[in-house]
Amino acid sequence: MPTLRILFTRLRVEEKLLREAAERQNIPCELQNVSDVWYGERPFCGADDVILARCVSHNQNEAVAQILESQGIRVVNPSSVMAVCGNKLTTSIALAKAGIRQPKFRTAFSPEAAVEALEDLGYPAVCKPVSGSWGRLLAKINDREAAEAVFEHKSMLGAIHNTFYIQEYIEKGDHDVRAFVVNGDPICAITRKSAHWITNTARGGAASNLPLDDEISSVLRSVHCTIGGEFLAVDLFRKEGEWLVNEVNDGGEFRNSIEPTGTDIPAAVVKAAWERRPSR
Amino acid sequence: MTATCTVCEAQVDLPNNCCEGELLICGDCGTELEVIALDPITVEEAPQVQEDWGE
Repeated sequence: MPTLRILFTRLRVEEKLLREAAERQNIPCELQNVSDVWYGERPFCGADDVILARCVSHNQNEAVAQILESQGIRVVNPSSVMAVCGNKLTTSIALAKAGIRQPKFRTAFSPEAAVEALEDLGYPAVCKPVSGSWGRLLAKINDREAAEAVFEHKSMLGAIHNTFYIQEYIEKGDHDVRAFVVNGDPICAITRKSAHWITNTARGGAASNLPLDDEISSVLRSVHCTIGGEFLAVDLFRKEGEWLVNEVNDGGEFRNSIEPTGTDIPAAVVKAAWERRPSR
Repeated sequence: MTATCTVCEAQVDLPNNCCEGELLICGDCGTELEVIALDPITVEEAPQVQEDWGE
């Protein structure tokens, strides 16, 4: 019997909500801790199953998706989507190719070049690790001295941090927007308000409902057209009457978004994943 | 059901539908604990956040 398998390595609220949502829809579901599993030619599960990959580590999640896809197993989101969303520079390049509005960005590979890139972009600007989340290691850089210090320190953090990803700082007021897209359809959005310039709800940003309109929905559909995936969590800024796409997440967290939007996000996600099963 | 905090030995309540891999916060010392097994109840300090963890 086909089964929806929700894979995790760290059980978050989201994974429990996803399982409960599957049970409510009578979808045969298993919540599987894959921390101690090894993978090879031996099939991980039935060919008719479908995987909802929710490992908290991006690299592990992408690795699991890749190896299961090599076994012919359907994975949500596909590893190709993870590969784009898991690297902010890759995401920005994909959005740029598609002509989707986003903050200006620069990249450099040495602290000196990064400072020059930032001088070109103008202050203030934001430096982010290409692979990171939850607002971790973001740096708002207001002047050249700070740039020199931040880039030098970042260069000591290891290889991945020597690809400097620098983004225009957007005066977004006191909030940004997180929107959820399932199977290409925008289903709901929240504003995340914070006195701090980092608005992640993981860092205390307060969520409230943002009704979707044609304008934002059009932007969200174009993001999905560009990146694909059954479940995307898209972060946007509003600047001078336009939406700018800041980031696209393939493993979106939504615990703080269900109540304000009144949208059963986990139900939509498991339904979308279940519809991807081969035998459907 | 309760577990014993591995850091300060306080008793930590487990949620109703607790499962393996679940995370708990010790109310006394704030340590993040991970449920390793349910029978018998076994918890360990949860692993530190890694660089590529997130959404």
